Amino acid sequence: MPVRAVVRRSYYRDSMVLMRVAEALRARPGVREAAALMGTPANHELLAAAGLAADETKDAAPGDLVIAVSADTTAAADAAVGEVERILTEQRPMAAAPGRALPRTLDSALRQMPDANLVAISVPGEYAKLEALRALRRGLHVFLFSDNVPLDDEIELKRLAVDKGVFCMGPDCGTAYVNGVGLGFANVVPRGRIGCVAASGTGLQAVVSRVAALGEGISHGIGVGGRDLSAEVGGVMTEMALEALATDPATEAIVVIGKPPAPSVVPKLEAAIGRIGKPVVVCCLGARPAASAPGRWVATLEEAAEATVATLRAAAWTARPFTDVADVKTRLARARAQTPRGPAILGLYTGGTLAHEAALILEPLVGKAARLVDLGDDEFTRGRPHPMIDPEARAGRVREAGRSGEAGVLLVDLVLGRAVHPDPATPLAAAVYDARRAAGAAGGALVAIASVVGTDGDPQDLRRQITTLEAAGVEVLPSNAQAARFAALVTRPDLEPMLLGAP
Amino acid sequence: MVAVLDQPLRVVNVGLELFAAELTRAGVPVVHVDWRPPAGGPDVAALLARLDD
Repeated sequence: MPVRAVVRRSYYRDSMVLMRVAEALRARPGVREAAALMGTPANHELLAAAGLAADETKDAAPGDLVIAVSADTTAAADAAVGEVERILTEQRPMAAAPGRALPRTLDSALRQMPDANLVAISVPGEYAKLEALRALRRGLHVFLFSDNVPLDDEIELKRLAVDKGVFCMGPDCGTAYVNGVGLGFANVVPRGRIGCVAASGTGLQAVVSRVAALGEGISHGIGVGGRDLSAEVGGVMTEMALEALATDPATEAIVVIGKPPAPSVVPKLEAAIGRIGKPVVVCCLGARPAASAPGRWVATLEEAAEATVATLRAAAWTARPFTDVADVKTRLARARAQTPRGPAILGLYTGGTLAHEAALILEPLVGKAARLVDLGDDEFTRGRPHPMIDPEARAGRVREAGRSGEAGVLLVDLVLGRAVHPDPATPLAAAVYDARRAAGAAGGALVAIASVVGTDGDPQDLRRQITTLEAAGVEVLPSNAQAARFAALVTRPDLEPMLLGAP
Repeated sequence: MVAVLDQPLRVVNVGLELFAAELTRAGVPVVHVDWRPPAGGPDVAALLARLDD
């Protein structure tokens, strides 16, 4: 198959722009495969694996942009490559104002906006520390989306942030809300009286979305990065965020979201919570708090939202496995009628915290029958965008699960919000449809179960996303925890009395 | 209180252009930096982090 490639020397575009360029090229007539990437060693391997390596691409350096296309005919490949310049221009979301060049450095940006108060950083991890240091040294708050930042660098950055009295949200901070503004992957939620401190991006998204569905809103959602409560980092940003929310007049109740704190951090966290004269709900997934621990500790993200809203409204609230038992029974009858092939549950997740939550719920219910995969983990995202932006990586794994027969139940998440894929349900539904057909052809069903993190305000249209999944035969449950419990029920009818109550 | 929580957000965006576009769409003042890796790659960036300022 003819391959054509162009290399632009010393030309950088970010991974999201390049993904869109490759998509636009793939959509052209006769094009079979296309790649747009920087010439790093890992990307040269990807090019070779995709059959897109060419003489022109061989000596591309990490600072060079490589665009390669394979097509049915030489003419189609030439035509596609001929469009590269136009596509590169089209796929830039931020153009400079007329007569004004985009600044190249933080300092030149600050000359354009001298009163900037926050720097959002999402450069590749190996460059993140330099940019974050520059912002913190100038006394600016940092939202640090970049991952793959070494732990020692995180400690250094947060120490500097504390000295300067500013937030260092991250590294690896997927989502935050500051003064009503969502940063990163953010669901559209109303402003309100609940403040969040989150060591998890998708965890924060799940909680704020549920809060919005319950009719409340968010004051701030301070992301701290997944390692903040580790022994090494010592919870410094969590402590600072708790103190800030404690004195914030807009915040009436606080939710802490993350993984269990390291034992050495527990006393500090408990002391910080104890000092707050506002209700605090703590959702550290998998934590076993001491009975004396201050705050109200809950086990799931859904419970975190519900408990906080109930506390604010002085309403009685207890955790329960399902919100609508009658609906679950209807879905269960439909799922069991399909006769899933085998008891194995395969979870293919885009949200790491959602995968972790599902694992914690499923382990005591089905033991080793459940396998949860976080496709946003570093090992899957090297050289390509996060699966919340680029759904194709998961779609491939879903189809493979249909062919391989490795599971009788497929469990997935779907995360909406600003900056995530504009229509993630469509490629997922298509993949589930194919997987279910492949499983059916092999003589057994693949039962597909999902939950959607999103709000009515999100650009993807929450209702339409759910309808798209359901049309492909996916059972959509109201939360990730309920979806995980439902998966267990499909494979283990003996769990019904425990999870659904007496018949 | 940490100052940013009671002030309108004004953002400099370094990295993914999409984030700057989303902030603009949400009505937040943002200046996007046309960032590119320093010549010499990560090693030079690490050196600059030590020498800077």
